[in-house]
Amino acid sequence: MPVTVKIPAPLRPLTQGQAEVALENAPTVKAAVEELSRRYPGLRERLLDDKGALRRYVNIFRNDEDIRHGKMLDTSLSAEDKLTIVPAIAGG
Amino acid sequence: MIRTAVILGMGGLGCPAALLLCEEASAAELPLHLVLVDDDRVEASNLSRQILYRDGDRGGLKVDVAARRLAPFGPLVEIESRPVRFDPSTSAQLLRTADVVLDGTDAFETRFAVNDACCAAGIALVHGAVLGWTGQILTVLPRRGSCLRCLFEGPPPPGALPACSEAGVASPLCGVIGAAMAAEAMRVLTGLPARAAGRLLVWEGATGRRREIPVRPDPVCAACGAPARAERHP
Repeated sequence: MPVTVKIPAPLRPLTQGQAEVALENAPTVKAAVEELSRRYPGLRERLLDDKGALRRYVNIFRNDEDIRHGKMLDTSLSAEDKLTIVPAIAGG
Repeated sequence: MIRTAVILGMGGLGCPAALLLCEEASAAELPLHLVLVDDDRVEASNLSRQILYRDGDRGGLKVDVAARRLAPFGPLVEIESRPVRFDPSTSAQLLRTADVVLDGTDAFETRFAVNDACCAAGIALVHGAVLGWTGQILTVLPRRGSCLRCLFEGPPPPGALPACSEAGVASPLCGVIGAAMAAEAMRVLTGLPARAAGRLLVWEGATGRRREIPVRPDPVCAACGAPARAERHP
């Protein structure tokens, strides 16, 4: 079973409107981000900074676990894990 | 005892939140001092989602128009209009008597500043935000859980993420999130457990799906973590 990545609405213009993307062969969060970036140009810049670190206004959860509290992008993934990308939003 | 709620931003979220907070306080016979904060004036583009304003209100201060519309709630609800912008020079005065703050502003920098001010002052904060068909709410109970900076370390630079002007805001979702903010504020004011404390509640209006994302306290959070508390109370 692949890893499922939930794409938030603000980033869906970059994923051709896809709300969920299934990834095979993504053993870590970093690998998942790299694969997403390969498929959807422009996504990497939204998620990672120039040094390859997760941007401070974006968060990623593996299932319900905040990767900032774990191994960050080196957090390992297993089949059927769900990744949720959560960017800050500010509309009122 | 009269309780004070401060609504920052009388736009798409502030309007329904104010209306429903007045309804709920009246129904619960809770004396409420409701402070409305916004320095904007009503424009034609506001009318589709900012439900307290009518076409004839264009050009008027939002807080004054809103106060007039909310006046019929009677003696239990005291409305105060503050036509100012929340910033470091107004923050202390605006939050001075607050028991709960509802943040419906529309700028990233302001939202993090509101979070930081509430954490520093020990005031409960109901953070609501919308973009397109996505809405979210997070309740911050200072010294009793996580805050906005535990979830995001800081605001994005200008242009890094889509703003309302690019992605738009779905009018019905403003009602959903504004109503959720009012309900959450009432829970805080009446001592009931806050539903969005320690978790981000996310609505996907286009699909009807709702998700809950746990937000753990960050021990070194710049707003609510141990170093920040030590700096405030050495």
